[in-house]
Amino acid sequence: MEYEAVIGLETHVQLKTKSKMWCGCANAFGAEPNTNVCPVCLGLPGVLPVPNEEALRLTVLTGYLLNCEIPRFAKFDRKSYFYPDMPKNYQITQYDKPSTANGYVEFEFSGTGVSPVQSGAGIPSENRRDAHSTIARVRITRAHLEEDVGKSFHFDRNSGVDFNRAGVPLMEIVSEPDITSADMAYEYLNALKEILVQGGVSDCDMEKGMVRCDVNVSVRPVGTKELGAKIEIKNMNSFSGVRRALEYEIPRQIEVLKSGGTLVQSTRRWDEVTGITEEMRTKEHAHDYRYFPDPDLMPLAPGEEWLAEVKLRVVELPLARKQRFMRDYQLPASDAETFKSDLPLGNYFEGIAQQAKNPKAVANWVINNLRAKVAEANERRTGVAPVSLQEDHAEKSDTGATPVLHVTLTDLKFKPAALLELVSLVENKTINSSAAQQVFSEMFDTGKSPAAIVQEKGLAQVSDTGAIERFCDEVIAAHPGPANDFKSGKTAALNFLKGQVMKLSKGKANPALVGEILERKLRN
Amino acid sequence: MLTKRRLGAQGGSLILPFAIVLATFTTRAMLNQLTISELTARLAKREVTAREAVQACLDQIQRVDGRIRAFLSYDAADALAQADTADQALAGGATHAEKPLLGVPIAIKDVIAVQGQPLNCASKILGKFVSPYDATAIEKLKAAGAVVFGRLNMDEFAMGSSTENSAFQVTCNPWDTARIPGGSSGGSAAAVAADECIASLGSDTGGSVRQPAALCGCVGLKPTYGRVSRFGLVAYASSLDQIGCFAKDTRDAATVLGAIAGHDSRDSTSVPQPVPNYAALTGDIKGLKLGLPKEYLVGGLDPEVKQAIEAAVQQLAKLGAEIVDVSLPHTDYAVATYYIIATAEASANLARFDGIRYGARVDGADPTELYCRTRGAGFGAEVKRRIILGTYVLSSGYYDAYYLRAQKVRTLIRQDFLQAFEQVDALVTPTTPTAAFKIGEKADDPLQMYLADIFTISCNLVGNCGISVPCGFTQSPKLPIGLQVLGKPFGEETILRIAHAYEQSTPWHLKRPAL
Repeated sequence: MEYEAVIGLETHVQLKTKSKMWCGCANAFGAEPNTNVCPVCLGLPGVLPVPNEEALRLTVLTGYLLNCEIPRFAKFDRKSYFYPDMPKNYQITQYDKPSTANGYVEFEFSGTGVSPVQSGAGIPSENRRDAHSTIARVRITRAHLEEDVGKSFHFDRNSGVDFNRAGVPLMEIVSEPDITSADMAYEYLNALKEILVQGGVSDCDMEKGMVRCDVNVSVRPVGTKELGAKIEIKNMNSFSGVRRALEYEIPRQIEVLKSGGTLVQSTRRWDEVTGITEEMRTKEHAHDYRYFPDPDLMPLAPGEEWLAEVKLRVVELPLARKQRFMRDYQLPASDAETFKSDLPLGNYFEGIAQQAKNPKAVANWVINNLRAKVAEANERRTGVAPVSLQEDHAEKSDTGATPVLHVTLTDLKFKPAALLELVSLVENKTINSSAAQQVFSEMFDTGKSPAAIVQEKGLAQVSDTGAIERFCDEVIAAHPGPANDFKSGKTAALNFLKGQVMKLSKGKANPALVGEILERKLRN
Repeated sequence: MLTKRRLGAQGGSLILPFAIVLATFTTRAMLNQLTISELTARLAKREVTAREAVQACLDQIQRVDGRIRAFLSYDAADALAQADTADQALAGGATHAEKPLLGVPIAIKDVIAVQGQPLNCASKILGKFVSPYDATAIEKLKAAGAVVFGRLNMDEFAMGSSTENSAFQVTCNPWDTARIPGGSSGGSAAAVAADECIASLGSDTGGSVRQPAALCGCVGLKPTYGRVSRFGLVAYASSLDQIGCFAKDTRDAATVLGAIAGHDSRDSTSVPQPVPNYAALTGDIKGLKLGLPKEYLVGGLDPEVKQAIEAAVQQLAKLGAEIVDVSLPHTDYAVATYYIIATAEASANLARFDGIRYGARVDGADPTELYCRTRGAGFGAEVKRRIILGTYVLSSGYYDAYYLRAQKVRTLIRQDFLQAFEQVDALVTPTTPTAAFKIGEKADDPLQMYLADIFTISCNLVGNCGISVPCGFTQSPKLPIGLQVLGKPFGEETILRIAHAYEQSTPWHLKRPAL
């Protein structure tokens, strides 16, 4: 019998707010233990929670980004369980009336078992290089708002808790069990992360524990509808960990069933080191969380105006942008993919692409040259005062973390229009491509206009056939060996001769003309 | 340095040289008996100092609190220092128009956080906990110039109606020290009745201000839910709790309310409603319609209480109020509804007392054992009973039958009141079914104890305001009886006006226990 996996994910994401969910303490990673704390987030007697407006907005914004409904009534509930990292021994969360519900995430996925939602309509067929990749859709049950807990540390003889993280706004995004493989789970998580990062909802920095996952997985015979026993793998902190855990867990469950065993609803722990999952508790020992509405907090009833303001912050979804770039600028999928994941680079491209006769050529310059130059400049600047800080880094710097040095696309010395000018100089054959590299390098360093650089350095291409013919005659005379080689059929010799002509012309000869003239002369 | 004293552990220091006590009483004895209006008038005229007023209260505590046991602790040096600050302000031209409580000693129930002072909620579980912050109500009292001092005894975590559930001591009724002062704010009521302070703060979750005020013969005001910030009030039942005040007359209660009321951005349930001048009392209640709920004048109502209430109603009619019979048909369900909602909320609210971050801890091999031992040793029987009850009613499979049902009944009770308030301006009822009972009398019968709150509990479920004012005494023994006036949500001005008019035409609030 063949089995298939049914997977749903609960993804916890720390929201990008300045302060915590219920108090004014900084929402910041990396501070000394128990320094970003106050009576409220420590759960001292007598304190009350006050909701962070920005966290409410970011949750609803996420709802919009994930195509969710935004109910006009939502509330906070208390989820009771005792744990040393939980200051109140209940977590404030949203139980039966979440702030968002019934959405979906779409992403490219070429694996098996995915029914295509739509094909790349409007995208030219020659650009559907990855035509086998279809668009997968995973439905979102809900994205709700809750609070993070503290962090336990275990020492030799005792334990400690750092409450800096306690009360940080945390969003839980619950998917429907629409995921069918480890790879699909991985791609879903990447797509989700890209949406949240680009939407400004979360930095999703995995190393800082900003994203954590609970995985629900069961298996069933292919063709059956009934779900198998749900097994939850708790607290995964990397996407690759999720994929590895599923790569272990799915065959494990199938093996149990194939060998005649049964599976029971249970919670398991993933061991990153040994690469296996272990049972923590079964259903009989499941917690009774005793949810009830938090009487300290008023229900949420978002009004039209408030919602409209949040809606203004909705950005184009990464996948939609990729498809649009392929459609509107006729870019190959790989270029569009680059612009999808690198938002500033994509924006830079888009800022000039509309005026470009050949957007593909502009894309090549942006991706191959500009991006490399910026990266190189950043390397050079390491340890030097930054030209400017990107917004997200600026925010981190007031939390005490070392600011990351960054040259950004907005600090460039040349104007985006200059890049267009450079492309057209190449296109109208004013300069050849090697000269163009020189021009670009110069304009990046000095900000001078391409035309000025061409003028100054005398880089204009020589297309005067008389001059090129003289160079060619000279070279053929000087190198009779290679000339004879070509004549006897070694076509590769032409390149050597071409190179000599270019050298003689100081790089300015039109290479196409050089080839043409040389060949004519040698054939005669 | 602050000096903190727990009276129970004080021993011989209570015995002061006789001459000093005598000297104190011959010169300043009366200051602690004054109302806020009287004291502030004399302070304003610079006839007396705040230091003298505070000293008079401290002296009275020395003299009587060994018998009343209202105070768990107090910080005399800090109180006197605050008094000196007030005196300097007065000398500098500060007025009571700006700071209505300037120089007035006000004592605090041990459930409200005062920075630098112990916060125990009369429980062992908080150990040596000292609050690092002020409750909003305390900030406001201080801003109004009050001398905030003392920690007043209560039922542990405000759970009880007699103050017998304190982990530390039993407070006695100043009118008969063999009897309970009521609860849970028994210390706050007894301290005012025994003139150990000028006014006090308490908290009212099911009657915990009004009931002890009635039993001790002082004024007790429970404001509308959301009128006074709960920030810094240790939560028992968050949807029912409200800080209230005890005073020697209605005008004083109005003055304290005016100081502590108002919206607070730190409490999401506080209401941004303007604070009127509560102390502007006209004494005129002509034409006001007062409802007499028929469900409140039957059953276990003590005949002497009934008689006193009937006389009070007649008096109100004589003052020009129109008395109307009204019905609150769901009254019978109020106590049961209360004990489901209050305990459910309490079971979560008290979860934070776990010995991990603060308070007393009894170690264990693992966190669960630590929790069990700490909470087993730290909480008293009544608190454990309510936590277990609340945990049960929220449990999977029982939630709908108990908690959800109780919320629906709560809505019905609220509708009863709102409908009644469409016909009348306020309701008039007894505050309690009987006068103060004997210490120990109901200690073994929680259900009987719960019924002591039968007339006060609905007000918390509805969230409206209520006040208890003295309206007579039982014959033998002579014990105070309280008249409860219940107002519309944010109808504090009206009930204060009614209570004040009644009080001005009767002598009851002037009576003092012989101590």
